Amino acid sequence: MRVLFILFAALAAALFMMAAQQPDIRTGIRGGEIPVIAIADMRGSGEAQTHMSVFNRTLFDEIEGSGALKIAPKSMYPLSVPQQPRDFGSRGIAIGDWAKPPVSAHYLAFGYSAVQDGRLVLFGYLFDVRQPDAANAQVVGKLYFGDLNAEGARKVAQEFAADILARFGSKSLAGSKIYFVSDRSGTKEIWSMDYDGQNQQPVTRFGGQTISFMPAISKDNTRLAFTQLSQRNPAILLWSLETGRRLPFVNPQASVNASPDFTPDSKNIVFSSSSGGGFANIFIAGIDGSGLRPLTRVRAVETEPKVNPQTGTEIVMTSGRGGTPQIYRMTIDGADIERLTSGEGDAVNPSWHPGGQLIAFCWTRGFEPGNYNIFTMDVAKREYLQLTHGAGRNENPTWAPDGRHIVFSSTRGGSAQIYSMLADGTQIKKLTGLGRNTMPVWTK
Amino acid sequence: MTKRYATALTLTLALFAVAGCKKKVPAPAIPKPADTKPVTQTAPPPPKPAITFSAEPSTIERGQCATLRWDVANATQVAINPGVGNVAANGTQRVCPTSSTTYTLSATGPGGAETATASLNVAPPPPAPVKDPPKPKLTLSEVLSSQLQDALFDYDKSEVREDARNVLTRNSEALKQIFRDYPDAVVNVEGHCDERGSAEYNLGLGDRRATASKEFLTQLGVAEDKLKTVSFGKERPVCTDANEGCYQRNRRAHFSAGQ
Repeated sequence: MRVLFILFAALAAALFMMAAQQPDIRTGIRGGEIPVIAIADMRGSGEAQTHMSVFNRTLFDEIEGSGALKIAPKSMYPLSVPQQPRDFGSRGIAIGDWAKPPVSAHYLAFGYSAVQDGRLVLFGYLFDVRQPDAANAQVVGKLYFGDLNAEGARKVAQEFAADILARFGSKSLAGSKIYFVSDRSGTKEIWSMDYDGQNQQPVTRFGGQTISFMPAISKDNTRLAFTQLSQRNPAILLWSLETGRRLPFVNPQASVNASPDFTPDSKNIVFSSSSGGGFANIFIAGIDGSGLRPLTRVRAVETEPKVNPQTGTEIVMTSGRGGTPQIYRMTIDGADIERLTSGEGDAVNPSWHPGGQLIAFCWTRGFEPGNYNIFTMDVAKREYLQLTHGAGRNENPTWAPDGRHIVFSSTRGGSAQIYSMLADGTQIKKLTGLGRNTMPVWTK
Repeated sequence: MTKRYATALTLTLALFAVAGCKKKVPAPAIPKPADTKPVTQTAPPPPKPAITFSAEPSTIERGQCATLRWDVANATQVAINPGVGNVAANGTQRVCPTSSTTYTLSATGPGGAETATASLNVAPPPPAPVKDPPKPKLTLSEVLSSQLQDALFDYDKSEVREDARNVLTRNSEALKQIFRDYPDAVVNVEGHCDERGSAEYNLGLGDRRATASKEFLTQLGVAEDKLKTVSFGKERPVCTDANEGCYQRNRRAHFSAGQ
């Protein structure tokens, strides 16, 4: 039995080493065994208790939504739950009970809250329950402070979740933002919201006959670029996220300037332009539009250039040079152009995984024109995975900063709304509901 | 001219008649009534001629023609005047009068004579636009929407189709006239797409549809600097139904007033 276990452990380790070489296309994360965590429902003393249901729900959602940990079902937990480390060994609470079946957890998150100086304080702990001695089991033990209200409880839970997830190499998405396009005010404007759909608010307020869409955020999080239509030709506008004001960007003389993206150093913008006449092709310019240079010259529509965020040396894009729109890759100088998708259907909306090895995109492969589904692809191997399967039109997938989540728009519920999901297509969550919402981009 | 000679001749003859011509002309034999009246009622009297006579259509524009159609029974001689003369008992005749005319059909037969008329109203044609341009009372937008048609495209394509060529050829003539009537006008050639492609790609595709349409028009002599292309991608659809009929209406080059 023991020999078998060692063999199994060795095999698991070997698999882990192999998988750790590069992110798994199925999850967007580096492979390996997913640890199991038990999350005890925590209680608060006095007034703190009134906010603990929000806290417990937020903590659970954060951990579950990360895809980094598997949560042991709560119905299997021992009846006596620890609230602080010294509870182990007393009141019949044994650390080993959490590691044994039926819980079979590797880790236990527990703690309690109280009111201190009118604020909510959480004593949060994470223990490795496989340790025989509770004295050596502590992984996280920290105090978290927040306002004494639901928002404060949510913030405290997010921070505690972030510390837990950090132990497993997963970035918490708490604090990350999603920019998107919404027509709820009557015109298409750029909006922003928290990663979980909270705090939805407008970024632009042009109104009138304008359409503002195709947002992109610089990697340093200081600038927003987007495309605007009015009665005039489509043009690119640049926006400071720090001041909320417009920044200068000189559009080339062209009937179309659209679909901007930043280079990872935030110093250049790549975009689609019909500058010079003819077809909309890929161009690069400085952050203010100076030093314009064409990257492609072809009698076909080319758009959606996306620069590899890791290397900054390659671009994926949508090109119609083969007749129908497909995903292509080229160098940042426009050389070595190669098609990544098979040529079937229409393939559009490429976006890079933060690791720079995978892309997500939309494809009508196997469906009628316009019925896009979300796919991911390992760019080097050309292996792809289909994440959605015909529930409405699914468009504009972009990756979360944690590399595990994808945000996209879908008409699966009738109107176009924004959803997030894990990069394996599970845990789909609806984030918006007012008006029509499209073109999400997820930033730090 | 001929009429004047005829008048002169008539007057001359009249003068002779009044002055008295010495040559006695025998009076024409007047048929006795007994000759034409049946003596006995052995047979019913021959029926009078029955006439059907029409002009189709009854109203034409100057320069156009109409058809006279008739059918006469119980007649031995049928004539239509003016301009046609003796004709058969039934038939058709194309007439192209330059002014409103009332045609008279006279039929004579054993039962007597009958006439019928058919009026053909000739409307004056509209004044020639070049010599007498209509006052630009309509706004440019109204003129464009009433005189120009959308050119339609295939899915994912910006090539000008055969039907779009015909539309654009007609539009080119209308545009030339519009630019004469509205010398300051600039016309937007808008490129649009159906809802199925991506918004990003459609912005480029709409641009191509606008550019291809503009190039076609300028090849037909429409002033290039009067036409401005603009792409709306799939952002301004004319309909939102999810069927090919609506998709086709949205895959278009549309013409609107520019600034």
